[in-house]
Amino acid sequence: MVDAGRLFSILITTLLVENFVLVKFLGCCPFLGVSKKTDTAIAMGMAVTFVMALASAMSWLVNEYILIPFGLEYLQTIAFILVIAALVQIVEMAIMKLSPPLYASLGIYLPLITTNCAVLGVALLNVQKNYGFLESLVSGIAAALSFTLAIWLFAGVRERLEHSKIPSFMKGMPIALVSAGLIAMAFLGFSGMKL
Amino acid sequence: MKAFFKKMFAENPVFVLLLGMCPTLGTSTSVINGLGMGLSATAVLICSNFFISILRKFIPAKIRIASYIVIIAGFVTAVDMALKAYLPEISASLGVFIPLIVVNCIILARAESFASKNTPGKSAVDGLCMGLGFTAALVILSAIRELLGNGSLLGLPVLGSNYPKAIMMILPPGGFIVLGVVLGVIQLMRTKGGAKNG
Repeated sequence: MVDAGRLFSILITTLLVENFVLVKFLGCCPFLGVSKKTDTAIAMGMAVTFVMALASAMSWLVNEYILIPFGLEYLQTIAFILVIAALVQIVEMAIMKLSPPLYASLGIYLPLITTNCAVLGVALLNVQKNYGFLESLVSGIAAALSFTLAIWLFAGVRERLEHSKIPSFMKGMPIALVSAGLIAMAFLGFSGMKL
Repeated sequence: MKAFFKKMFAENPVFVLLLGMCPTLGTSTSVINGLGMGLSATAVLICSNFFISILRKFIPAKIRIASYIVIIAGFVTAVDMALKAYLPEISASLGVFIPLIVVNCIILARAESFASKNTPGKSAVDGLCMGLGFTAALVILSAIRELLGNGSLLGLPVLGSNYPKAIMMILPPGGFIVLGVVLGVIQLMRTKGGAKNG
């Protein structure tokens, strides 16, 4: 049943061809907000990866074993956001207890993840695409990695922008958005790939 | 009335506060999509602000964010189902962005910073202003993108059939670039205005 090739194609498609941030516009708030430095961007990416992998697995289980048997599919949005909010809280507490250094580096980003629409987005898209458990898990991880890739690249560009001569009215967010557009254009190059 | 316009433009959630970027970029491919998204978010914003304000004295401070999210998610589900039933085309083209109104930072931000401190009436009006500000921003962006990318407005061709369509503007990169340029123009106008006043 489990087809490694299919999982691999989900991974590559989500990572490059349909990059969550640059092609689907999911997770733009942290993408624009937490991308001033590459190291914080990577930390945010790691936190998101962790939560997103868990969230896609958990929301699949909730959907399959609670919502569908009781015919409550229309409550998906509410159920998933609760799962994610609870998950973020648990992850935060667990990391705080288990690894204080990791908490120090990821801690402040964790609450932000609840309102990262990429997390809820991937849970909803998994259901729409009728993914099974493993497929949901892989697509969650791939989506998170695609977020990390995008925010890391973007943070690198923004660090360079800090030291470039830019017309004063374009300084800050405007030029950052235009550069994000150029990165997105580069990613369009993958759009011909069919897997 | 003055306060109304101040909220819509001087405190515009998209252009000034930079909130709600995902739906802004994701749904501004055509004016109809932008309008649909803006009005759906406005409806949710008015209802959630109103109810959160009514319940503000009953919600314990510690779990307020979770409670807000549940209230917002309830209204989003209602709007989602209404759109699916009455406007299936718009619902299909907005896709996953309708349920994602739940995590739109604008709505949570207004709940936290306004509705939890003000009366229901005021909060509903605040929701209306913020929602219309969001809609206005979406319509402006989507009008630019649709005009440049497709040579049309609201689906009607306005630039003639010889217009070379810059399809890039409708594709994702165009979203980032148009928003960047619009923000740049706003920043330019602000610094000019500031110099005049100062």
